[in-house]
Amino acid sequence: MAQINLTVNGKAAHAEVESRTLLVELLRDQLHLTGTHVGCDTSQCGACVVSVDGKSVKSCTMLAVQAEGAQVITIEGLAAADGTLHPMQEMFREHHGLQCGFCTPGMVMSGIDLVESHPDGLTEQQIREGLEGNICRCTGYHNIVKAIAAAWPLMHDKQMPQAAE
Amino acid sequence: MYDFEYHKPGAIDDAVKALGADAEAKALAGGMTFIPVLKQRLAKPSAVVDLAGLGLTGIRREGNALVIKAMTTHREVAMSSEVASAIPALAELASNIGDRQVRYRGTIGGSLANNDPSACYPSAVLALGATIVTSRRRIAAADYFQGMFTTALEPDELITEVSFPIPEKAAYAKFPNPASRYAMVGVFVAKTAAGARVAVTGAGNDGVFRHAAMEAALDQSFTADALKDVTTPESLMNGDIHAGTAYRAHLVGVMARRAVMACK
Repeated sequence: MAQINLTVNGKAAHAEVESRTLLVELLRDQLHLTGTHVGCDTSQCGACVVSVDGKSVKSCTMLAVQAEGAQVITIEGLAAADGTLHPMQEMFREHHGLQCGFCTPGMVMSGIDLVESHPDGLTEQQIREGLEGNICRCTGYHNIVKAIAAAWPLMHDKQMPQAAE
Repeated sequence: MYDFEYHKPGAIDDAVKALGADAEAKALAGGMTFIPVLKQRLAKPSAVVDLAGLGLTGIRREGNALVIKAMTTHREVAMSSEVASAIPALAELASNIGDRQVRYRGTIGGSLANNDPSACYPSAVLALGATIVTSRRRIAAADYFQGMFTTALEPDELITEVSFPIPEKAAYAKFPNPASRYAMVGVFVAKTAAGARVAVTGAGNDGVFRHAAMEAALDQSFTADALKDVTTPESLMNGDIHAGTAYRAHLVGVMARRAVMACK
């Protein structure tokens, strides 16, 4: 067993894990953060995406021991303490970017990474390509793409530039 | 997943020693193939040696070569201005590997050590005549790839960096499997001072290979038209549920012509 220390949703976390424990297992089974989902066992579906040191990562394809010292943010870490939703969550609600909701935590985390890493604008094409690692089996992606585009001006506090690349 | 011992050495020598001391130990780079393999219980290593602490990331220009350290991620290669100015085809190739989350963690060294027959990087390394630099020697691309999932690497030998000679122009064209995004067929074409070079991944039944007939045709005239009568033997092709051998042989020609047209 290994002792690991990391920061999860802004709080220090300490855990004892096996070498083989996946980050998603640490989050769900030991830290009881069950908003991060497991939708497949082949690293393809993206329901388990979390932010690790500012990058969107499939937490089912990273060992917990590899997250030693990392800053991890999960879906539970997005809303404000008073319950105010993160702009990305709010836009998923506004644009009905979900049906059953199973893929939503991963979609929201990937959407935030996409918006944050494109400060000069984000095209529909870039959003669709950016979601290649997230699979939705209910609604199709149209409203998810709309929600992410709508979150861009809110997260950057400015208008989306026209014809941005 | 079977359990294993986890080591995270801070120096290349220590990593080599850990791998040399235990025949069942395996190196972990980005883990984008290896961790799924562990999850499926297709491998049962006694120990996993994590290479993340060895300082093996970075990209630099060295004379007429572009040198990429082994733990540099696909994302870093795709976003690098150094790569974009020296070998834009390589940045383009890296930007289309897997998906966004795979590109954040997957590494060039991991991809080359694994030598998946459908991986993108082996085609660039072979077409550009790159040199694989390891913890003990320098290996020419032609000697490095030895059939699918097989390389010249010894069990306790680690890739430290890859040195790519900068071509006059190059391009990579890939027909991705729509589910896995691996290359069903990927063709890397380069125009170098020594002539045209064409390497094909995803298609061959023994991993990445150079296409001598296409190289000869492109040496006559470096145009897509020069390839229109060049065929690819079906007997060399891999066939599976995604594409039969005839289809793959056809796609090799289509992707090669697209790559020639896209060369810059």
